[in-house]
Amino acid sequence: MNVDEIRNILNEELGNIAPEANLQTLNPSADLREALDIDSIDFLNFITAIHRRLGITVPELDYPKLFTLDGAVTYLASKQKAGK
Amino acid sequence: MPSLGADMEAGTLVEWLVKPGDTVKRGDIVAVVETQKGAIEIEIYEPGQVEEILVSLDTKVPVGTPLARIRSEGEATALAQAALIAPAITIAAVPEGGPPAGQPPVPPLAICPAEKRATPAARRLAQISGLDLAAIRGTGPGGAIVLADVERSVGAPAQAGRKRPAGLDLDAMRTAIAAAMARSKRDIPHYYLQHEVNVTACEEWLTRTNAARTPNERLLMGALEMKAVALAARRFPAFNGFYQNGRFEPSPAVHMGVAIAIRGGGLAAPALRDADRLSLDEIMSSLRDLVQRTRAGRLRSSEISDPTITVSSLGERGVEALYGIIYPPQVALVGFGKAVQRPWVAGGAVVPRSVVTVTLSADHRVSDGHAGALFLSEIGSLLEEPDKL
Repeated sequence: MNVDEIRNILNEELGNIAPEANLQTLNPSADLREALDIDSIDFLNFITAIHRRLGITVPELDYPKLFTLDGAVTYLASKQKAGK
Repeated sequence: MPSLGADMEAGTLVEWLVKPGDTVKRGDIVAVVETQKGAIEIEIYEPGQVEEILVSLDTKVPVGTPLARIRSEGEATALAQAALIAPAITIAAVPEGGPPAGQPPVPPLAICPAEKRATPAARRLAQISGLDLAAIRGTGPGGAIVLADVERSVGAPAQAGRKRPAGLDLDAMRTAIAAAMARSKRDIPHYYLQHEVNVTACEEWLTRTNAARTPNERLLMGALEMKAVALAARRFPAFNGFYQNGRFEPSPAVHMGVAIAIRGGGLAAPALRDADRLSLDEIMSSLRDLVQRTRAGRLRSSEISDPTITVSSLGERGVEALYGIIYPPQVALVGFGKAVQRPWVAGGAVVPRSVVTVTLSADHRVSDGHAGALFLSEIGSLLEEPDKL
């Protein structure tokens, strides 16, 4: 799975969490929690969705690396590479 | 029509899930009602057989109006209100037997043959779009109209439609919040207490516990906070129950209202039932389910009217303290601010610790600050030993 596919999956899951948000205009280096008003349950659902869709278990310690969309894409792409 | 909260005056019947002749048991969902709080699933509290549907679809009726006639198992004919949560609602038992012998059973679907079955989301979209449900072909169970059917008629893309919350009218919800909170501020003499709690042990326990878990099994601080309040509420009954008809009735069960913010500006506090008897894992999975359904606008009637005490937590992006307004007829609300790093004195030394400010809003007609302080300190003590929660 390439970087664009990961980004699409993340966009889709963020859309499920914040249905009213316009993800097209989301700054990929902005803190998702602020930009999309995501609380701790929403964020846990995001991490759960990543586990379900990509098979990657993100430890709590790594949560801060996924606070931005760009950060999440980079992190997940490297995890996926390492898993192969 | 059951009263689903102090502020509700009327509701619109949008879906019947039973028909005459059906047997119902306690807890069955029999109908869906649209209120200011969204679409609420109405549960039955008395077992029996549905004899007659009294309110047809899309009819708005005031609270107290009988919705259906249920023949109870004891053969007496009862006017059931479908949900008997609010004590104001009674079942008027008619002291006669069942229908005369030999009377043919009412054929199913004899009522309102012209009515189309449709889900609340489908109804709402049809209403917003000015479409007549009768002109739409249903593809759901039994020909019921589902959201996708209406979307096809509207010509809206299915993707966009799927993501809009069903059954939630945020303006109506704001009106309902305003009414309930104004009544609370008018009738309830609030007093407020606050307490700083060291939650470092909770955070460490969560880190240890979650490290070995997949994301769907992980716990959040909120689950620990709720369990601590539930256990404390069981030990301090003056904060758990209803004040109505001029007196306080403590509740033997702890049904914890959980304040849940709704995206776009709304608030609901549905019940996490028997929270004191649930494990942390059970609290967490119920909480996730409750948050998801609250935001989708799909709660059950008992979840709206059952809470005996409410917890409101600002979460990690909030501020340090909140002073809640009690939701009548409850008598207490416990508020949690976000955890912050603070210098803390332990064993004669100053050490960094995670600290949460816990507040109590309580009803002076029922308790005093002294009892409130004991209740609040109990919550603090429980949170200092998370492995015992």
